[in-house]
Amino acid sequence: MPDATGLELIGQELGDAVLDTVFFRERATLVIDPPSVRRVLAGLREHGYSFMASLHGVDYYPEEPRLGVIYELLDMSRVDRIAVKLRLPLDAAEVDSAMPDLPQDPGWPTANHQEREVYDMFGVVFRGHPDLRRILMPEDYEGHPQRRDFPLGGEPVLFTFNDTDLPRSSA
Amino acid sequence: MKREPIAGAGAGVGVRVDPETLRVRTLNSHQLLRGGDLQGANQPAHLEGTELEQYVQERVVTTTLDTAVAWARSNSFFPLAFGLACCAMEQFHAAGPRMDIARFGFEAFRASPRQADLIILAGRVSIKMAPIIRRLYDQMLEPKWAISMGACCSSMGVFNNYALVPSDKFMPVDVHVPGCPPRPEALMHGVLKLRKMVQDDPDMSWRERYGASGTEEVLPGA
Repeated sequence: MPDATGLELIGQELGDAVLDTVFFRERATLVIDPPSVRRVLAGLREHGYSFMASLHGVDYYPEEPRLGVIYELLDMSRVDRIAVKLRLPLDAAEVDSAMPDLPQDPGWPTANHQEREVYDMFGVVFRGHPDLRRILMPEDYEGHPQRRDFPLGGEPVLFTFNDTDLPRSSA
Repeated sequence: MKREPIAGAGAGVGVRVDPETLRVRTLNSHQLLRGGDLQGANQPAHLEGTELEQYVQERVVTTTLDTAVAWARSNSFFPLAFGLACCAMEQFHAAGPRMDIARFGFEAFRASPRQADLIILAGRVSIKMAPIIRRLYDQMLEPKWAISMGACCSSMGVFNNYALVPSDKFMPVDVHVPGCPPRPEALMHGVLKLRKMVQDDPDMSWRERYGASGTEEVLPGA
């Protein structure tokens, strides 16, 4: 981890894109402006954080903006980690994909499947992703099951004590 | 009428199947001892009366073909080598040396559904996996049976959420084995229950219980 001062330096270097820096329990996190995600990730790659270890989604319900995307970067030569967070409102849950190669900015291959998973589970749309399909749930599934207002699902289990109470299918 | 012996129970005593009724019957004692269509020369021709009756009764088994076939089927299930989750570990152990499912004749786990007649759903079934399992089940040869092993594929257990589907929803199940996961002896108990079901009442198969008569697979031209 960069220490708190190092994190501040990185944050200042990246400029307006960084909204906040959080150093909590030895974990360094940059909170960034969603449109500048590619620029921030490219800047961190120049600092040595050249490997994306993980990309995942969060639903902060009932806080607003609700959805979050978190990028965990790793500097493998110094064994040093840094996290990048961004928040997205539910009605505009779109952010640039970190996956495709751009001119002057190689992509992050880790993001391929993990962005699909975040899309599947939280409904975040990653602009520019080459193959943004569901990855875990069936293709025709409706809704994004890891959102916290998604019904848990399942069905009542038939026991002898509630045998008569449960609705039966007509078949 | 041509009669083919299908089983023997001692020297000179045979069981015959009648090709018209498909009933297995034995010849009575006089037919037996008169030789008739029996091979074998060492029949005690000197016996008579009650001694003769007793001699024959000790050596002859009378049964129906249905019972004989059910007996054979129920003692040689060919399970599909198929595991879905942690229950599969317990399933393996049922085939291992401690439980030794081979004692009962169920040890031939087949790698292809075309060779299997028993599927053990060992684990949780996700919505995405269900059509695949249904296809495997449809590919199995009839008569076929299914055991739902563990809480997850019977009632979804601890994973009672958006991702899973209970196995009764997409295929007929003959025996549910509860547990999370069931111990190998519980699975053995379930398989033996199924064996008892097949032996006692072969008609009580899934078509009867699910009202699915008329769905039998018919070969072209048959």
